[in-house]
Amino acid sequence: MNPWIKPLFFLLCLSPMLWIVGQALWGDLGANPVETVTFQSGDWALRLLLLTLALSPLRQITGWSGWLRLRRMAGLFVYFYASSHFLIWFLADHSLDVASMWADVLERPYIALGFSAWLLLAPLAVTSTSGWMRRLGRRWKALHRLVYPILILAVAHYLWLVKADYLQAGIHALLAALLLMWRMPVYGIFRMRRLTP
Amino acid sequence: MIKIRKNAECREHEVTPEAIYRQRRAFMKGSLLGAGVLLGSSPLMAALDLSGYRPKVVTLDEELTPFKDATRYNNFYEFGTGKSDPARNAGDFDTSDWKIGIGGECAKPGVIALEDLVDSKELEERIYRLRCVEAWSMVIPWIGVPLATLLKRFEPTSKAKYVAFRTLVDPERMPGQKRAVLDWPYREGLRIDEAMHPLTLIAVGMYGKPMPNQNGAPVRLVVPWKYGFKSIKSIVAIDFTEEQPQTTWNMQNPREYGFYSNVNPKVSHPRWSQARERRIGEFFKRDTLMFNGYEDEVASLYAGMDLKKFY
Repeated sequence: MNPWIKPLFFLLCLSPMLWIVGQALWGDLGANPVETVTFQSGDWALRLLLLTLALSPLRQITGWSGWLRLRRMAGLFVYFYASSHFLIWFLADHSLDVASMWADVLERPYIALGFSAWLLLAPLAVTSTSGWMRRLGRRWKALHRLVYPILILAVAHYLWLVKADYLQAGIHALLAALLLMWRMPVYGIFRMRRLTP
Repeated sequence: MIKIRKNAECREHEVTPEAIYRQRRAFMKGSLLGAGVLLGSSPLMAALDLSGYRPKVVTLDEELTPFKDATRYNNFYEFGTGKSDPARNAGDFDTSDWKIGIGGECAKPGVIALEDLVDSKELEERIYRLRCVEAWSMVIPWIGVPLATLLKRFEPTSKAKYVAFRTLVDPERMPGQKRAVLDWPYREGLRIDEAMHPLTLIAVGMYGKPMPNQNGAPVRLVVPWKYGFKSIKSIVAIDFTEEQPQTTWNMQNPREYGFYSNVNPKVSHPRWSQARERRIGEFFKRDTLMFNGYEDEVASLYAGMDLKKFY
């Protein structure tokens, strides 16, 4: 693999955060900066999750195995954006008060869904290293299948907070559905057989 | 804290018999029209003159939301569902020759031009809190007239139990209406005693200027103790009704948005808490006040009502 690909991919994944920070420093986050940062970090956590799950289909379509070597970095960026999303909410909405945050999680189903998705991401981020892959062996793969329930939780979290305009949330939900369907045996005929493992 | 004008500070129209000052207005209009013809400028009559408003008739000891924020962070789905869409899409919205139809249970229905509906001599500035159902809030200096003074002219009958309002429908001028995000036209309503309450305002301006398009030009409702969506924008019709009228967000999701929609920190929206709010310009949330801080003025309207049931 070209040695430039990983650093470039790193910058690509980081660019939404650079954009947010840039807006905060020189530009303008709008009338409600907390909301802007909360929404943008949440959007990018979900988008990078979709990208992470698109890498394996991309390999099947293009035949280039390099896609798979970007998966760990993409997945860690999902955790980075999801954690930023959680932290700005915990800080600005709950002033870092755990009891207040916990009450919100218990009372609001859409928050409970998002919070669960973020909690489930933690073990995946921790065990993303080669060392952990070796130590867990076959169980590593089973553990990392958590990414599918995480995706469903994240999409439901998004859809549930919409007031009337489902367009944006709907597009993300549709992409998530396509990526899940790709992995169903029934839809295997759409894949290029010679490339499927 | 609300400061209300002392009785001693009465205004001219209160001591001049209505018939006389109406004559005087008609005379002045006539002379202005003459001047307009002489100068060759025809649209002179169209614009409502805001210059003579009485400043700070109702005020608050709270910092005003910056004009910039109040005019680029708007929920006005007629111009798009994003908060910055209305500022981006409403620039060309032409509100000249604005007419409002008034009908239903009243003795004097009719279609009336905005400048005839709102008496520019009665305009007053009122600084109110605005609390959105999405848990953010602003403090805005509106310019307008109490809805009550305006409604009384149409002589509502004893059957007028409610007042219904409608926004313009014109997808060419309001591009957000090209998508059926809501069931257009936007509809709102008040019980007649809410409509007649002295705090209820028909606004034609804010921050000393004519109403910006994205804030509901040229004429909108302001009901400061209710969630913002009750304060309907760009009004083209007002009807007195005997039955409770249909209201847009209630039609959209009756479990989440009630007809009353009074600001109430103790009654949560099914999906989020209403106990606190983010004041635009502040980082941390602050506590939401009962009836948005207008409890002393309006609580009596709802005496004996279960506010959890009538949310």
